[in-house]
Amino acid sequence: MKRMKGGAFLLESCQPEDVFTPEDLNEEQKLIAKTTDEFIREQVFPLLEQIEQQNFSHTVRLLQEAGELGLLAADVPEAYGGIGLDKVSSTLITEKMAQGRSFALSHGAHVGIGTLPIVFFGTEQQKKRYLPALANGKKLAAYALTEPGSGSDALGAKTTAVLQEDGKHYLLNGEKQWITNSAFADLFIVYAKVDGEKFSAFIVEKDFPGVSTGPEEHKMGIKGSSTRTLILQEAQVPAENLLGEVGKGHLIAFNILNMGRFKLAAGTVGTAKRVLELAIKYALERKQFKQPIASFPLIQEKIATMAIELYATESLVYRTAGVLDQGLSGVEQKQGQEVAKAIGEYAIECSIAKVVGSEMLDYVVDEAVQIHGGYGFMSEYEVETHYRDSRINRIFEGTNEINRLLIPAALIRKANKGELPFFARAQGLQSELMNLMPTLPDPQAAPLTLEQEQINHAKLLFLFVAGQAIERYGTKLTEQQEMIRDISDIALSIYTMESTLLRAAKQQNQSKPNATSHLQFAEALIYNRMQKLEQIARHTLTALFTGDTLRVQLAILRKLTRIEPKNELQLKRNIVKQLLKAKKYIVQSRS
Amino acid sequence: MEILICMKQTFDTEEKIFIQNGEIDDDGVERIINPYCEYAVEEGIRIKEAHGGTVRLITIGGAEAEAAIRTAMAMGVDEGYRLDLTDFPADSDEQTTSECIVQLIKQKQIPYDVILCGYMSIDNGTAQVGPRIAELLGIPHISTITSLTVDGRQVQVERDVEGDLEKVESSLPILLTAQQGLNEPRYPRLPDIMKAKRKPLHRMKWDELRVDVQMIQARTKKVAILPVEEKETGQILSGTIKEQSQELIRLLHEEAKVL
Repeated sequence: MKRMKGGAFLLESCQPEDVFTPEDLNEEQKLIAKTTDEFIREQVFPLLEQIEQQNFSHTVRLLQEAGELGLLAADVPEAYGGIGLDKVSSTLITEKMAQGRSFALSHGAHVGIGTLPIVFFGTEQQKKRYLPALANGKKLAAYALTEPGSGSDALGAKTTAVLQEDGKHYLLNGEKQWITNSAFADLFIVYAKVDGEKFSAFIVEKDFPGVSTGPEEHKMGIKGSSTRTLILQEAQVPAENLLGEVGKGHLIAFNILNMGRFKLAAGTVGTAKRVLELAIKYALERKQFKQPIASFPLIQEKIATMAIELYATESLVYRTAGVLDQGLSGVEQKQGQEVAKAIGEYAIECSIAKVVGSEMLDYVVDEAVQIHGGYGFMSEYEVETHYRDSRINRIFEGTNEINRLLIPAALIRKANKGELPFFARAQGLQSELMNLMPTLPDPQAAPLTLEQEQINHAKLLFLFVAGQAIERYGTKLTEQQEMIRDISDIALSIYTMESTLLRAAKQQNQSKPNATSHLQFAEALIYNRMQKLEQIARHTLTALFTGDTLRVQLAILRKLTRIEPKNELQLKRNIVKQLLKAKKYIVQSRS
Repeated sequence: MEILICMKQTFDTEEKIFIQNGEIDDDGVERIINPYCEYAVEEGIRIKEAHGGTVRLITIGGAEAEAAIRTAMAMGVDEGYRLDLTDFPADSDEQTTSECIVQLIKQKQIPYDVILCGYMSIDNGTAQVGPRIAELLGIPHISTITSLTVDGRQVQVERDVEGDLEKVESSLPILLTAQQGLNEPRYPRLPDIMKAKRKPLHRMKWDELRVDVQMIQARTKKVAILPVEEKETGQILSGTIKEQSQELIRLLHEEAKVL
C-alpha cells in the first residue's frame, strides 16, 4: 500500500490497492469483532434498560468484564498491560460496541479520551502507574475539558492550577461540566491554567482532597451514561501528576480529539447497522393494507438510501483506519507522542469522518423512526432511544460547525508549510479548466470509469473553488465562514465518494462474488453527491463573482459537475432486495 | 491429561443454502465451528483447566477451515491438525472421515485420554463420526453428554436420552460426544486471539496417510440434494371451537382440496 500524506487525497489520485476496506479483515480481526459483538449482544443487551435507568453498577461491572476480555486494552501498548492492537482492530471494537448505546459511550469515553492522554503524553512513571489498571478495567477514566463558559473555545477555560510553595502539589480550582463517566470514574484528565494563564493537563484521582462531582444532568439522549460536573475546590494534585508540559495542554487536547473524532465515526457505523436492522425487520413485520409495509416502494427507497449512506461512511471509516495504520507503521508504540503525531497527520480525515458519520447516523435514525410510524415515537421501541441518542454526535468532540471550519484551515496550514502542493496545483488551473473536455460515456468501459472521472473533476472543483476564495480573501477568508463551510463540504464529499468508489473497485478487481452489489452502492452514492457538489460550489462562486465573470465561472462549474443521467429509482429498487432478504444491512449478491 | 477434539467447520447458521448443479454452493459463505463441536472444544479446555494437560484438535477441511481452528485456539486449544481431503480420488462419507482421522491419530501418535466430538454436525447431521472413531480405536464411547466429571481415571457422565437423563460411569480412555447444554462456550479473549496465530498448526494431505482408498471410500451414494421447501405463513382460525372446525373443514375441502 502506498502511504499518503494527510489531506493529500484532495490533490492526488489513489488506487484501490492502496486502501483498506471492510472486506480486507484478517482472521484475528474478524474474531475480535465477533467477541465484541457477542459480548454486547449477550451480556449488555439484556441490561440496557436498567443501564438506561442509570443503574451504574451494571455499567461498571460490564466494563470490568470487557476488561477481562481485553476490550479496554486495544490502544494501550503491551509494555503497559495492554494489547497494542492495530487501528483497524480498535475500530472494529468501537463499531461493535456502539450497538450498546449508553454503555458504548461509557466504554468509548474510558478507552478514548480517558485513557489515551496518558498513553500519548504520560511519563514512563505515569504510564506504569495508571495504564495497566485502565487496560483491564480495575480503574475507569473520564475526561474533563468543557466548562460552563468554554465549549468550542476550549482554551478559554477558567479552572486554575497553582503550584504550592513546597513544589509538591498543585492546587486546582474550578468547575468542569458534562463529564462522561463522572459518577464512577477513578481518575479524570483535567485541563486547568497554571497561574491562570498556561493551559495544562493533569491526572486527577477521584480521592484527591478537594475533588467532588455534582448531581446527574438530565439529558435528551444517552441517558444511561453518567454526566456530572467535576468540582475542584482547592483540589490537591501531586506535582508529578502534571500531564505533559506546563502550557502545552492544548497539544494534548487537540491530539486526543483526532482519535475521539475518528472513534465517534466508527461508532456511528455500528449504531446505524443496528438501527437499519430494526427498521428493516419492522417494515417486514408491520402490515398495512394487508401487506408488509416493506413491500411499498417509498419504504423500500428509504431503506436503500439509508444503506447507501451507511455503506459510504463504513467505506471511509475503514479506509481511514487503514491510513492511520500505515501512518503508524514504523512508529514505536511506547513512544506515545510519536503515535499522537502520526495520528495528527490525518486530522483532516478524522474531522471528515466525524462530520460524515454523525450526519449519516442522524439521517438513518430519523428515517428509521419514520418507517416505524407512530410506534417509532413510543419509548417501548428501541428506535426511539437511538433517535435521541444520535443527536449528541453532531455536537460533542467538536461541533460539526467547528470541524467544518477546521478542515480548510488545516489544509492551508499544510500547504503553507510545503507539505501539500496545494498552491502549485491551484496555479495554472484556470487554463486547464478552460480546455477541459467532458468525458462521454463508453459502454465498453469498465464499471466505475465514469465515476472515477467525476471524482477527478470534483478534485479540480475543490482546487478551483478553494483557490478562488483564497485569492480573493487571503488570510481574511476566516471571516467568510459560509465559504469555508462550502469548501469543507466539497472536501468531505470527495473523501466519501472516493472511499466508496475505491472499495467497490477493489472488490471488482479481485472478482469478489459480491462485486456487483458493491458497484450499485458506489454508483448510487456518487450520483447523489455529484449533484449536491454543484449546488455547494455555486453558492460560494455566486458570492465571489458577479456579471460576466460569474457566468464564465459557472460554465466551468457545469463542466466539472457534468454527470450522465441515471435511473436512480431502479437502482435503489435493486439495492433494497438484498437488504430485505437478509433482514439487515448487507452488501451481497448471493441470492 | 491428554485431550483430543475432533471438530468440524460448517456454514454459519444464518447462511441461506443455494443448490447449483446438484451441489451446495459454498462460494463466499460465512463459516463457523459446528455448534456441537464448539461444546466439545469448550469442554476440552475446561478439563485442561481443571486437571492440566494439553488440548489438541483435528479438523478435516481446506484452507478455509483454519479460521475455525484459530478460533478454537483462541478459546484455548493448544495444537491443531488440519487434514485436507480435497482431491480424494473417490467419493467419501462418514466411514472415510473416521478412517482418516484414526489413521492420522495413529501415524502422528497423537496421545489421548479423552476424545471429544460434537454429537453431530448441523450440515450433514449423521451423528456417525464420533462413534465410528471410538470403534476403530477400540475404546468406549458415550454419546450426547450434557455433563461430565473426570475423577482420576473414572468418568461420570450425564447424557440426554431423547429428553430423559441417563447417568453413566466409565473409565479413560474414552470418546464422548457433546450435546447442547453441556456448557456455555466462552468468547475468545483478545490477548488469546493474538496468541492463537502463534500456536502450532500441522497441515496434512490425505495422500500422506497410509490409507487404502478402496477400503475407505464411501459405502453410501448420494443420490440427490434437494432444497428445503419454504414454509408458507400459517393461518390462525378464530371464533368458537365449532366455528373453527367448520372453517377448517371448508378450507381443507375448498383450498387445500385434501378432503
